[in-house]
Amino acid sequence: MSPRILPGLTGTPRLLVTAAALTVLAIGGTFLLDPYRNYQLALVAAYFCATAGLTLLIGLSGQLSLGHAALMAAGGYGYALTANALTESGIDGVPRFLVSLVVAVVAAGLLGLLLGLAGARLSGPYLAGVTLALVIALPAITSVFSGVFRGDQGVQIAYDGVPEALRLIIAVEQWQAWVAILVTAIVVTGLAVIRRGRLGLRMRAVHGDETSARLNGVPAGRVKVAAFTASAVSAGAGGAILCFVTQSVSPGAYTLAFSLLLVVAVVVGGLGSIGGAAVGAVVVVLLPWLIGTAIGAFDLPTELEQRLSGNLGVLVFGALLIVVTAVWPGGLAGALRRRRRRENRMLRADQMPPAEPRDSRPAEPAIPASPASHPISTEPER
Amino acid sequence: MDRLLFLLATGLARGAIFALFALSLVLIWRAARIVNFAQGAMAVVAVYVAFAVTGLTGSYWAGFASAIVAGAAIGFAVERGVMRFAPHDSPLSGVIIAIGLVMVLQSALGILFGATVRPMEVPFDERPIVIAGVPVLSPYDLFVLVVAVAVMAALGVLFTRTSLGLQLRASAFAPEVSRLLGVRVSRMLTIGWMLSAAVAALAALLLVPTELGLSPHSTDVLFVYAFTVAVVGGLDSPPGALLGGLVVGVLMSLVTGYLGATVAPIAVLVLLVVVLLVRPGGIFSARQVRQA
Repeated sequence: MSPRILPGLTGTPRLLVTAAALTVLAIGGTFLLDPYRNYQLALVAAYFCATAGLTLLIGLSGQLSLGHAALMAAGGYGYALTANALTESGIDGVPRFLVSLVVAVVAAGLLGLLLGLAGARLSGPYLAGVTLALVIALPAITSVFSGVFRGDQGVQIAYDGVPEALRLIIAVEQWQAWVAILVTAIVVTGLAVIRRGRLGLRMRAVHGDETSARLNGVPAGRVKVAAFTASAVSAGAGGAILCFVTQSVSPGAYTLAFSLLLVVAVVVGGLGSIGGAAVGAVVVVLLPWLIGTAIGAFDLPTELEQRLSGNLGVLVFGALLIVVTAVWPGGLAGALRRRRRRENRMLRADQMPPAEPRDSRPAEPAIPASPASHPISTEPER
Repeated sequence: MDRLLFLLATGLARGAIFALFALSLVLIWRAARIVNFAQGAMAVVAVYVAFAVTGLTGSYWAGFASAIVAGAAIGFAVERGVMRFAPHDSPLSGVIIAIGLVMVLQSALGILFGATVRPMEVPFDERPIVIAGVPVLSPYDLFVLVVAVAVMAALGVLFTRTSLGLQLRASAFAPEVSRLLGVRVSRMLTIGWMLSAAVAALAALLLVPTELGLSPHSTDVLFVYAFTVAVVGGLDSPPGALLGGLVVGVLMSLVTGYLGATVAPIAVLVLLVVVLLVRPGGIFSARQVRQA
């Protein structure tokens, strides 16, 4: 077993302490980064909000959403519209940020609730289709209600500067990174608490075998709706941070491609793993940037460069998605877990006669799946 | 009144395309229990092939034939090369792999051909035929309707009247039993994918000239419409796909005509959510809703 710091601390308190330590570490880390890196860090934090919610939704409750970009957009629009309304009535600074954030989260949560209600009765592909239709309809929605959403142009918000007290110490990018990290920390900690709590267990049960879960008194529909709403809330918070950092929200930023990128992030990181979602968010921010830099380094004709710049990243992500799902289903987190388990086994074999594995985490659903309830059993086995 | 008639007729032609594409989704669903989210991207690759062939030979019909052949080839490649490796423990992995395929295919097309929209020519008059003073259908729409009906009839005959169709149905419904009876289930699965991809390619080829033109994303919206059609009709039911296609096509045509083209995607979304809330198994499906 790998050595643990503070072995006496377990359960939710341990989780909270870890979260606080990581947050402090991240905020301290911003001092080491230049402004552009801090901007990227803020983006990573915003994406992490969304991917953490999505990984919980797909990995634990087994509902696939292709429309998380639309939920992020709901958060972004909620934030931007509220912030603008508050600016007009003379409120600014921290109260404006907090109220706008709450409105953003509520807006995304309500949309998520609605989708969750439609999706709770459905199996995976249907929900995926509904959310796909939502994200495709997003530009249409913003242009039909262009009085509010300003069509393709989107909504711009006033610039949020660094507060007086900190102005001498940090630059604006660093301040934005701080805000992004703090909001993300709160949201993700909430998700982590849900994940290891009662609701998380119920989500696993419903995912593993819905019929058995129902027979055991788990209200499957309500659990699914709760999962979707929690996931939507975190996506909304992510959208609000993104709007805070970029000072604008427009349908062009929340396309189907972006939505699929979020799915790639959580699959590559490992479905259901919050650490994996963090890695996925980093990959999604850094890889396109790396590829862009690499393309820039070669002296390519302008047209080819244009074609490559947008598409090569998507190509790599798509290939990654296929390969990880087919070959490496647990993603990064799953690979780490397998490796740790193997090391533990070897360690234990050295120390003592074989014993009951003590630290086996419930990676498998809590309730064994019965073949009768699997509609997929008609699938040919090859 | 004239306008209504015109919109209804155009809606029927559009609906025939949606129905064809939805039928291709139903074919894969029945054969492999996968909603193939990559169907649109696979079809658009085939349309690019058709575009290239038409450009080289100057003949629309050579392009038309090559789209169908290319569609079948892509279906074969996708089933043998990618889908076969989808883990079977979770129904989501097939969907996720299909999404990866969408990203790969569309970005590859973007790299090879750029994002420019290429208009597609058809050897038909675009002006509507006037019947009794009312403009009804353009010859192209008529052609679309004829092709759609012919393909559906051919598929109907294939599935109900031939040995191959019987084997296809058998291996979809009871793979184990079929294997014991000597059906090559795995081959049937591949044939199902090829059939389905060819039908989808045909539907996309028929749709593209009526839209702005060909781009790597031309079939995104078609896929959403066809998915809606398949859900409205029930994913298990080919007649449902046909009826659903006509219903959605006419509805979209009316919405576009009276409320504007931007409202159409919203109308589809609303229709999809309402159908799923009221009858998750599809309006025309008599079967029990699938669990889990």
